[in-house]
Amino acid sequence: MSGLIKNGELFDDPFTDATGSPEIPDGPVIVSLEQWKAHRDALIARGKPLGIKLRSDQSPEAIADDLAHFNVIALEFPKFRDGRAYSYARILRERLGYAKELRAVGEVLLEQLHFMMRCGFDAFVIQDPDPLGAYRKAAADYTVWYQPTGDGRPTAMALRRRKTG
Amino acid sequence: MYRYDEFDHRLVAERIRQFRRQVQRRLAGELTEDQFKPLRLKNGVYLQLHAYMLRINIPYGTLSSRQLRKFAEIARKYDRGFGHFTTRQNLQFHWIKLEQVPDILEELASVEVTTIQSSGNCVRNITSDQYAGVARDELADPRVYCELLRQYSVLHPEFSYLPRKFKIAVTGSPIDRAAVAVHDIGLRLHKNAAGEIGFEVLVGGGLGRTPHVAHTIRDWIEPENVLAYVESILRVYNIHGRRDNIHKARIKIIVNQMGIDRYRELVEQDYAAGGVKPLLPTDEIERIAAYFAPPDYERLEDIDDELERLAAAEPAFGRWWKNNVAPHKQPGYAIVNVSLKAPGAVPGDITADGMDALADLADRYSFGELRVSHRQNLVLPYVRQRDLHTLWRALADLGLATPNVGLMTDVIACPGLDYCSLANARSLPVARDIGMRFVDADELAAIGPMTINISGCMNACGHHHVGNIGILGVDKRGKEFFQLTLGGSSDKNASLGDRLGPGLAQEDVPDAIRAIVDTYLDLREEGERFLDTYRRVGIEPFKQAVYGSVEEAAA
Repeated sequence: MSGLIKNGELFDDPFTDATGSPEIPDGPVIVSLEQWKAHRDALIARGKPLGIKLRSDQSPEAIADDLAHFNVIALEFPKFRDGRAYSYARILRERLGYAKELRAVGEVLLEQLHFMMRCGFDAFVIQDPDPLGAYRKAAADYTVWYQPTGDGRPTAMALRRRKTG
Repeated sequence: MYRYDEFDHRLVAERIRQFRRQVQRRLAGELTEDQFKPLRLKNGVYLQLHAYMLRINIPYGTLSSRQLRKFAEIARKYDRGFGHFTTRQNLQFHWIKLEQVPDILEELASVEVTTIQSSGNCVRNITSDQYAGVARDELADPRVYCELLRQYSVLHPEFSYLPRKFKIAVTGSPIDRAAVAVHDIGLRLHKNAAGEIGFEVLVGGGLGRTPHVAHTIRDWIEPENVLAYVESILRVYNIHGRRDNIHKARIKIIVNQMGIDRYRELVEQDYAAGGVKPLLPTDEIERIAAYFAPPDYERLEDIDDELERLAAAEPAFGRWWKNNVAPHKQPGYAIVNVSLKAPGAVPGDITADGMDALADLADRYSFGELRVSHRQNLVLPYVRQRDLHTLWRALADLGLATPNVGLMTDVIACPGLDYCSLANARSLPVARDIGMRFVDADELAAIGPMTINISGCMNACGHHHVGNIGILGVDKRGKEFFQLTLGGSSDKNASLGDRLGPGLAQEDVPDAIRAIVDTYLDLREEGERFLDTYRRVGIEPFKQAVYGSVEEAAA
């Protein structure tokens, strides 16, 4: 079974994934980049919460000017080996200033969760009999990081400097 | 050398704890081999023809006697009493049991060694000049930046799922002993007119199926920004690198497809854009540099005359001194290369007893430190010149004083089909045949500097493209053949070898090498190395010598 974890808690997903539907249903939806481009004005006029899902060959630079319209941006990992969305996530958070939900979807392995969190993802669709338990265990794997990212966690270098400084 | 602090230790412990759990899940059948494969690879565990292989990082080739003794212990306890040094400053154990790997990793961690990212599609072991810190021609010690790069690349959140593996090498000397031009990123230290240090950044070099010499992407980047610039190169690669075909996924392919100018433009754009950057404050660089401070040298004078006298009295010592000992930047000291290429030996192999003995010699003669070279030899970096003769005796007693460093029997070879599931052909017997065929020390000295590199398949782990003589194992209808290339080089004027002609059977390779060597000796002019002669006369005379004689033999 799968579950959506957001900010470390199980979360009832209010969004309907409309990316495969010919008609866009009522209520909060997640659309594809193609749907967004085709129905941009109508989707904005609905006044409902909106999300967009980007494939791994679609850079978020394509929606850089539209970020204010989205409550969710879902970045797809078509295969766990496809690591493009890690870079997209950092660009969204650190460069484009996107601050709302950033969701990892597709083949999301527990081993990858801490990398995703560090790149700015805060929501994950997790395939596991116990999604929350699995998430918590994986999130506790590491407590030391060498690289600075936009998540603000202190790096080993920062901790060393704090100690000696 | 660098020592772990509490943070380094904690990270490695957390990594091992995670991997132990993954191994348990695999052994319990909760993970399939397919799911487990990327997890084990990122921890340096390969499944080879006969057993699991464990690849250990020796970051930038710097090794302590304590670490080497630990390798000996592991070789005895968990393997078959020997280990194999590779061309990337790694040590491999080829007969490992999966269930024992987490214990081995803990033993390694106790001496501050890991296998993290020694495989997988991520930044691999950072490599460098084996003479770093002691070379007379060095501008600055590259190991400081190698260590900063090591920390930066370990478990990088953004770059742990790159399109393909990624190799970074750094040189601090104008004479490039780290082959930086055949790496995904090569960093070359320079000094400007004001005496400041900076890096020339090369990108897109590599061997394998489609060899390329790297392009310079930037002439100068200051040390505080070097990680940020590397990050931009990696980000552009992560986003634009090809993921549709494993054979076209390395950075060299995308750099050459879009052109270096376009790649540079994308990197410069990214570098100029906002975001969190891995900047290096000067005091952090200095903090790391302190770990690489020179050892407690004695104040000594060079004793060349004395050594000349000893060499004249004992030609065997003289040959070793001339070939295996390199000049040191500290007066009265020398750099000693320990050849792992005795006649008939497997290049890069060393027994557990050999490791222990060398660790003792390092303690006695080299401040307890050793180096691993990309030519699959070991180095004692801090030897007093007045100890050279005694050390030579001790090495000779151990069978580790073969005086052939830089000569044609100092062969680089991958493990080949004797171990590796990717190989087409057995590299090791070819290396052995060459070693057995050219044993006359005087003749080897007369032939002079020459590199021979052997790879058992197109993946080119033996770097055959950059061997003065390259030998590539190919499979033709189920039979092993060897294709020769001439004129390759990995030094600062790097070049890829030219194909000599059709593949040869294993038993014909030594004759072909003989013919090439004889042709070179006939044609060379005063002071020329093989490579110089080849570059002057071209491939034709060698072609004729090799294939003429084969035709004769067949007739």
